[in-house]
Amino acid sequence: MKTVFEISSPGRIGVSLPDLDVPATSEIPPGLLRENGGKTGLPEATEGQILRHYVNLSTMNHHVDKGMYPLGSCTMKYNPKLHENLARIRGLSGLHPLVPDELAAGSLELMYRLGEFLCEITGFEGVSLQPAAGAQGEFCGIMIIKSYHESRGEKQRNEILMPDSAHGTNPATSTLSDCVVVGVESNEYGLVDPEDLKRKVGPLTAAFMLTNPNTLGLFESRIEELTSIVHEAGGLNYMDGANMNALLGIAKPREMGFDVCHLNLHKTFSTPHGGGGPGSGPVICSEELARFLPDPVVIREDDGSIRFSRNQDSFGRLLAFQGNIGVLYKAYAYIRTLGAEGLREVSENALINANYLKSKLADYFDNPFDNGPCMHEFVLSGDRQAKLGVRTLDIAKRLLDYGFHAPTVYFPLIVHEALMIEPTETESLEELDTFVEAMVSIAGEAVEKPYLVTDAPVNTPVLRLDEVKAVKDLCVVEPVDKGENI
Amino acid sequence: MSRFIPNQNEHREKMLREIGVGEFGDLLEPIPEKYRLKEKLQLPEPISELGLNREFEEFASRNTGAELACFLGAGSYDHFIPAAVDHILLRSEFYTAYTPYQAEVSQGTLQAIFEYQTMIARLTGMEMANASMYDGASSAAEACLMAMRSTRKQRILIAGSLNPRWQDVIRTYLKRDDFEINEIPFLDDGSLDLETAGKLIEGGTAAVLVQYPNYFGLIEDIQPAAELIHGSGGLLIVAADPVALPLLRSPGDAGADIVVGEGQSMGIPMSYGGPYAGFMAASAKLARKMPGRIIGRTTDRAGQTGYVLTLQTREQHIRRDKATSNICSNQALMALANSAYLSLMGERGFREISSQCYHKSHYLEKKLLEIPGISRLFSKIPFFREFVISLPVSSIAFRDRMIEHGILAGLPLVELGEGAMLVTVTEKRTRDEIDRYAMAAAEICGGGTS
Amino acid sequence: MSDIPEGFRYTDSHEWVKDLGNSEYMMGLTAYAQEQMGEIVMVEFPGMLDFNSGEILGSLEAVKTAEDFYAPFDCKVVRINEGLEDEPALINENPYDKGWLVVVKTDDPSGFNSLKSAEEYTEFIGE
Repeated sequence: MKTVFEISSPGRIGVSLPDLDVPATSEIPPGLLRENGGKTGLPEATEGQILRHYVNLSTMNHHVDKGMYPLGSCTMKYNPKLHENLARIRGLSGLHPLVPDELAAGSLELMYRLGEFLCEITGFEGVSLQPAAGAQGEFCGIMIIKSYHESRGEKQRNEILMPDSAHGTNPATSTLSDCVVVGVESNEYGLVDPEDLKRKVGPLTAAFMLTNPNTLGLFESRIEELTSIVHEAGGLNYMDGANMNALLGIAKPREMGFDVCHLNLHKTFSTPHGGGGPGSGPVICSEELARFLPDPVVIREDDGSIRFSRNQDSFGRLLAFQGNIGVLYKAYAYIRTLGAEGLREVSENALINANYLKSKLADYFDNPFDNGPCMHEFVLSGDRQAKLGVRTLDIAKRLLDYGFHAPTVYFPLIVHEALMIEPTETESLEELDTFVEAMVSIAGEAVEKPYLVTDAPVNTPVLRLDEVKAVKDLCVVEPVDKGENI
Repeated sequence: MSRFIPNQNEHREKMLREIGVGEFGDLLEPIPEKYRLKEKLQLPEPISELGLNREFEEFASRNTGAELACFLGAGSYDHFIPAAVDHILLRSEFYTAYTPYQAEVSQGTLQAIFEYQTMIARLTGMEMANASMYDGASSAAEACLMAMRSTRKQRILIAGSLNPRWQDVIRTYLKRDDFEINEIPFLDDGSLDLETAGKLIEGGTAAVLVQYPNYFGLIEDIQPAAELIHGSGGLLIVAADPVALPLLRSPGDAGADIVVGEGQSMGIPMSYGGPYAGFMAASAKLARKMPGRIIGRTTDRAGQTGYVLTLQTREQHIRRDKATSNICSNQALMALANSAYLSLMGERGFREISSQCYHKSHYLEKKLLEIPGISRLFSKIPFFREFVISLPVSSIAFRDRMIEHGILAGLPLVELGEGAMLVTVTEKRTRDEIDRYAMAAAEICGGGTS
Repeated sequence: MSDIPEGFRYTDSHEWVKDLGNSEYMMGLTAYAQEQMGEIVMVEFPGMLDFNSGEILGSLEAVKTAEDFYAPFDCKVVRINEGLEDEPALINENPYDKGWLVVVKTDDPSGFNSLKSAEEYTEFIGE
């Protein structure tokens, strides 16, 4: 499709602006003016042309409102439409972040209540709504943990333990936080091996970082033992809450021995993913750690008023302002709509849907860690198909032809040819059955007509793209036309 | 059952039979009994769509700050947003999609972000840009880390005239013993103290970071800073205000190596602080040191043009602890807002916005300077959209009195003096509002009408 | 099955090492390792420096993977295959010859002698 620059023609415009209604009394000194006669190279097109451009682009996307999105670890559930309207109410969207607190009483109260909800759901006492995404939540959590150790004169603790099945953000966060990653092995059941954890903890342990349920979709059954080993060694336990959709109203991280966790509001609490953001990654922690939370925190005064406050021991600030507030509004709306029983139903149905798919696909794909019920997701291996020359990547691409998004592939790293499937609770039995049919059909194709799979996709706006060329002949911006003077 | 969950009891029973368990509780077997909650969560009773609408209207009505004429800026700005922007953002195809990992069914997002990268690169005068960061401040912090990786030097100099919130974020991201952050002071006229900067640079500095225009709205020539840091093998990072760029010399032309900034003023509502979108542009040779996602153009098996996530080996999901950053989710939809906004505004519209911000802020400044006792700080240097005034009364008291007049007057900068106030005028403020500001200011400052 | 020529020594991190005489050793990536990585699109070398055994000598990038390669023993890098800068895929096309990575120097041959033989490496990768 043509780019927006290619539909551009000099003189066109897509807005009607009022005339300047004040006298122009001053000019910018010539030496400070933009080069090339002030040209920026922005497109020139009418409102209708721009709309058509973006609408045509949009039709090339798969999205939740179109079809199932079984992308493991991403919790691609339905995004309620009301929430988009709510976040756009003028009194919420039109508020400047630096107004005095008393002029923002509505938003502050909403944030305070959301913080209370998240504490209740996880069992913790302290909360920061500031982190913009899960990875920033992780950074926030690790900075809190570092501040804690430093406050106890144990600044040397710089090792973050994590299983080999961890999300890539976990080790990347450790490095960003000036810590060292120490890998802990998983056992034959896909769970963290407590014996290996015992060997790895020590006087340098800062934290143990664990996703629970883990990235195989399995609950870490020996969690009490794991968190105790870390506590006894003087470390803290951090939970990556990416998979919290399995636990709403079912279990609380705090009770399992975690000291701090982050939640992904854009996963568990239905705020839309926006094609890759904005998300929101609030951090929730024990009362003991709350004093290290980032600036600013929302507090309730004795007189009932709610305001921003600075913690004396805060590790600092993560964003210029107080977080992705528009996302917080939507998560608040979700929790208010569902209440306690509704949230529990979310997790119950997420578990049932995942176990149902796991059971239905058991005969067609390998499942190296099938030792009983999974939680909200599970990981298959495409090993059987790979031996026939059909790789997991091919299966993923073929699913696109069937109208589904692909599962998460090649993750976690401990499963060969991994296919990580998370249906979420908002899919119906009928839709799950259609997905099963597609998967079974592809498994059959892999045996009988493998080229159908290895050539896939064919029903998509473009065919398989040359990623090597994209790196070698790097083109990340539209070149300026030779005729244009920019 | 809620309106979000389709499976009824009969479906559940059928599925549980297929799974081979008697009841739902059997699926919880992996969770030790002691952790399974016996009581339901303590949350308010569920509320209907209608009820929730009312509750939100009530919250909104208590945000009285949203009703005032906004002359407050300092990193978030009340700009006009064309209606078409939101219609594009509200396409389910964009906002309910995930990160474009499966490129064949994500060409919409991928091409839109490719176009965004192009617009950011062109505006800033740089060769490339990434797919967005969380916000301007975290983008600036990531730029510092990028400069350190690239130069293998561990000292960063940040201008004292950089937004203090951004300074805080940079200090958070760079909080480690082997990193050094020094501040370059500003002179009495508000400009960068290049002489001190020259001394601080000595002995290996990764980058100098300046804001353009600076926190006080001042338009400084950044080329001398570029020459200074380049002379010692470091990089110039410019935190640029995109709305100023249609008028001002681009940072790239002035010698910047990395340009970061806040995209909020390009089609994103203030929304009490977020979600916004940080942008990051750089010279091509730094591409592999960049954090975050980058979209590249390529071809498919049939030779058609298409777009993919590229240079992925920089990122956390591949390079893990050696990644250039831990960032995963960025602010994709907000970047889309930026590109929709810039497409609609176009070459002429965006320059007009920029120009009106310039003239309207100068109009208010002149009006205020007519009031006895009010002067402008740093008055020797030209400004864009924002300026600092010195009031004969406390700026906090002034702000509070102005609220009674229906005006958010600006941000008190008490660190510059009791009466110092940062005032912002965007294109959205009408002449009438500006005149009212000046009249109210005259009244509060004890003078007559101006 | 990947090509694992005799006469080279091999490391656990999938480098081959060849004795050039004069205390110089040439290093490259094994055919097996490049097959696993796919087309290599970039090679990065820190430079002609001294390295301790196990330190990172440089890194290789394919589209979806990135791997470092390591000093097999204490050594100094004396030559770098500059041809790889323009044509990193030489590593895929010709891993044991034109796709070499670096030449290192050491006076102590014991490190080299303790590396795996072709037979041991074949067993190691389980082919």
